[in-house]
Amino acid sequence: MTPQYFLGIDLGSTTSKAVLIDAAGKVVGQGLTNTRSNYDVAAQVAKAEALSDARLSRLEQALVDGGFAGAAQLATALRRTARILASIDRLEVLEARCAALARAAPDGGEQAADAVHRLFTRITGEAEAVFGPLATDRSRFFRDVVGARFLAEAEAAAGRREVPYEVVVGAWDRAIIEVENAETGDGFDGFLDRALSGLGAGSGARQAIDRARRELEQRPIEVGCVVGTGYGRARLPFPKEQIRSEILCHGLGAHAYFPQTRTVLDIGGQDTKAIQIDEHGVVTNFQMNDRCAAGCGRYLGYIAEEMNLGIHELGPLALEATRPVKISSTCTVFAGVELRERLSLGEKRENILLGLHRAIVLRAMSLLARSGGVAEQLTFTGGVAKNAAVVQELKGLVTKHYGERTLNTHPGSIFTGALGAALFAERRSRGEAAPVLEKPRAAKARPGNVERVP
Amino acid sequence: MAEAVTKAPPPAAQKDSSMERQKQMIAGHFRSLSLAPQTGQRVAYTFVPGNLTELMHAFDVLPVYPEINALQSAMRQLSAGYIREAERLGHNEDVCTYVKCDIGMLTKGNVGPTGEVLPPPNLLLLSYTGCFTFMKWFELLKHEYGCEVAMLHVPYLADGQPTAEARRYIVDQLKAEVIPKLEKVTGKKYDEGRLQTLLARSREAEDNLVWVLDSAKARPSPIDAYFGAVYYVGPIFSAFRGTEDAVAYYRELRAEVEDRVLKGLGPVTPDGTLTREKHRLVVEGPPNWTHFRDFWRIFHDEGAVIVASTYAKVGGLYDQGFRHGQTDDPLESLADYCLGCYTNLSLPSRVDLLEKYVRDFKADGFVFNSIKSCNSFSAGQLVMLRQLEQRTGLPGAFIESDLVDPRYYGHANIKNRIESYLQMLEQRR
Repeated sequence: MTPQYFLGIDLGSTTSKAVLIDAAGKVVGQGLTNTRSNYDVAAQVAKAEALSDARLSRLEQALVDGGFAGAAQLATALRRTARILASIDRLEVLEARCAALARAAPDGGEQAADAVHRLFTRITGEAEAVFGPLATDRSRFFRDVVGARFLAEAEAAAGRREVPYEVVVGAWDRAIIEVENAETGDGFDGFLDRALSGLGAGSGARQAIDRARRELEQRPIEVGCVVGTGYGRARLPFPKEQIRSEILCHGLGAHAYFPQTRTVLDIGGQDTKAIQIDEHGVVTNFQMNDRCAAGCGRYLGYIAEEMNLGIHELGPLALEATRPVKISSTCTVFAGVELRERLSLGEKRENILLGLHRAIVLRAMSLLARSGGVAEQLTFTGGVAKNAAVVQELKGLVTKHYGERTLNTHPGSIFTGALGAALFAERRSRGEAAPVLEKPRAAKARPGNVERVP
Repeated sequence: MAEAVTKAPPPAAQKDSSMERQKQMIAGHFRSLSLAPQTGQRVAYTFVPGNLTELMHAFDVLPVYPEINALQSAMRQLSAGYIREAERLGHNEDVCTYVKCDIGMLTKGNVGPTGEVLPPPNLLLLSYTGCFTFMKWFELLKHEYGCEVAMLHVPYLADGQPTAEARRYIVDQLKAEVIPKLEKVTGKKYDEGRLQTLLARSREAEDNLVWVLDSAKARPSPIDAYFGAVYYVGPIFSAFRGTEDAVAYYRELRAEVEDRVLKGLGPVTPDGTLTREKHRLVVEGPPNWTHFRDFWRIFHDEGAVIVASTYAKVGGLYDQGFRHGQTDDPLESLADYCLGCYTNLSLPSRVDLLEKYVRDFKADGFVFNSIKSCNSFSAGQLVMLRQLEQRTGLPGAFIESDLVDPRYYGHANIKNRIESYLQMLEQRR
């Protein structure tokens, strides 16, 4: 059978992304995970998540196609429930591991393990509230969401002298690394069954979903071709021609989101890329930082840590500034020092934060200028594009230097590179003269590249 | 990746056969240097740009090039330790890493690339002042050795061509400063006839070098005019210009390359012969020496060949027509040589030259390697890049590294940049 789907995997230095598209180029599944130190695991997790997401999309489509009342809301609820259940599964594993570590710690013991269980009981009890908003703009990472809750609970409990704080936090630090990207639960079908248990067996919706599931079994999602990109791309077990630079992928991905865009800015974890593309999404020029990663995405992560904030809280807080503070250092470490100094002098957090956001954009502006300036439409890609303060500062400085320009940001901005990779995969399967280093091959997808996913 | 080069690359680095001769020449030179305290032969420390090697040979003076020692130390992974040593002595992190590497090597016993101890200088011959760091470097060495110093002031070539006044200015200094100092340290009289003979030999070697560099116009190019060329220019940029050894070396090298052209072979890389030329590039800026082989591999793995580079011209723009001994007055010839060295050119002249390379060698693109510790090269490079892009209509790549300080070479970033750049060139076709 002709492969139906194409997968792009973007192994970034901070996050790994996977996007699955259909033959028409439509996104059907997305997966996102922390890369941490292990590219191999991150690639697997992101890919598995994208495939689950694609299967959910098929079920959603079946509901909508069924045409009964409330299909769209039901589809959304299904997706949300599935995500909550998956998070609960992971929480259970995390709790067990965390308790075991607390028990085995030199200053730990049964009491510490019990304290861990008590903390987790609270978090699990709030699972719906905690994981429900995951689909919105908040940080989507299990680690960040659970971590913020866990540490807050642990601190409060320690204040009441209920838990040995050091032991519990030490256990958390180790356990989360092991568990955040581990396989948990009983797989897609298992949690789908649980998610659907509330639906009456005879209901139209249930019948439509069951039909769609049977169809999925008979016609599983087949990945025709995979293309990898990002810093960890060399770790992917693909032949060279299935590896594309993230510059090309961001260019093509941005073109897919906004066909009129000619300039692309990507602020990634450890580099910032200013890219110029033509009307086909082909890169015509680019510039990126190296030798020094000041002002890249990690900078924000560092600042968030310094301020004891979640990374998703930075932008909204910065937007509350009344008067941005000028941050003179572009070095992340020095900026951190400057931040503490300003705070100690009584400067407001939001004013300092806006100054730090502006510092990032100033660095990006010089790369944009180097790459050839800003065309009529500029598309901002990468995870940092979610930060409203960066967007605001970018808009201001672009207008100041280049005049009125359209600044595009897409809700899926973090997936731009993976989307570009998936589009390259689709082209490759057609044997189109995609930007492969070899001469184009015959249109056949190689059997080794077809993956069947039940 | 192996597909662009011959299968099953042998573990040891592949080299041109002329390399063997060069290796022996270098070994012989360092042997003579190590024996100089016994033989009484005089020694001068000097620099590569605008070097007066024939004039030194005319006085039987043995030259030492601290820059080359530094890059050799880097290739042997010794530079990091030497730099640390210099920083421990108080040299700032921002000081040229060639200088710090040299100072560190000096502190650690001044052992040269062949493992033999280098003799102290009888003369510090500063033959190029376009690099301010060179002056400071020799001030440090003067402090260390307390020997004679001869300084030749070389005026900046603002219009790209030597003027009669500039030429006269240098000749006057050669007569009033450099030659008397050489006479003083050697006790020998200046012999113009001998200098003429040496210059004629230089000319012959230079003709063959130019032929070799020009061979990169062929498709596929039989040489890599940057990574490979740093070996090819070695003898002529350093102690051997004007010697019979250099004449023989360049004859052999030329014959070797002629043979490659006839057979349609690509360049020799450390991992084997490049069999598929996919990209032809021009490079501006020196290479990184601490990761030289890795740096080269980024290019040849992708089938990228450097067809012309400005770095292979730092010791003389022979490809633009200059030859030693062209003029009747040998000192005027040396003056023209000093004036025309690449880093003495104005930025517009450098852009002109790069544009000419892109066109003459039918390059697909160009790469600028911006060196953290070398302002002579790096200042103005972004402007040059922009102008070159505008004039050629091709995009350029800009990477940043350092000469001999491994702390400023980020392999993953540079590899990412170059691979992205080459994929972009491929996509644009």
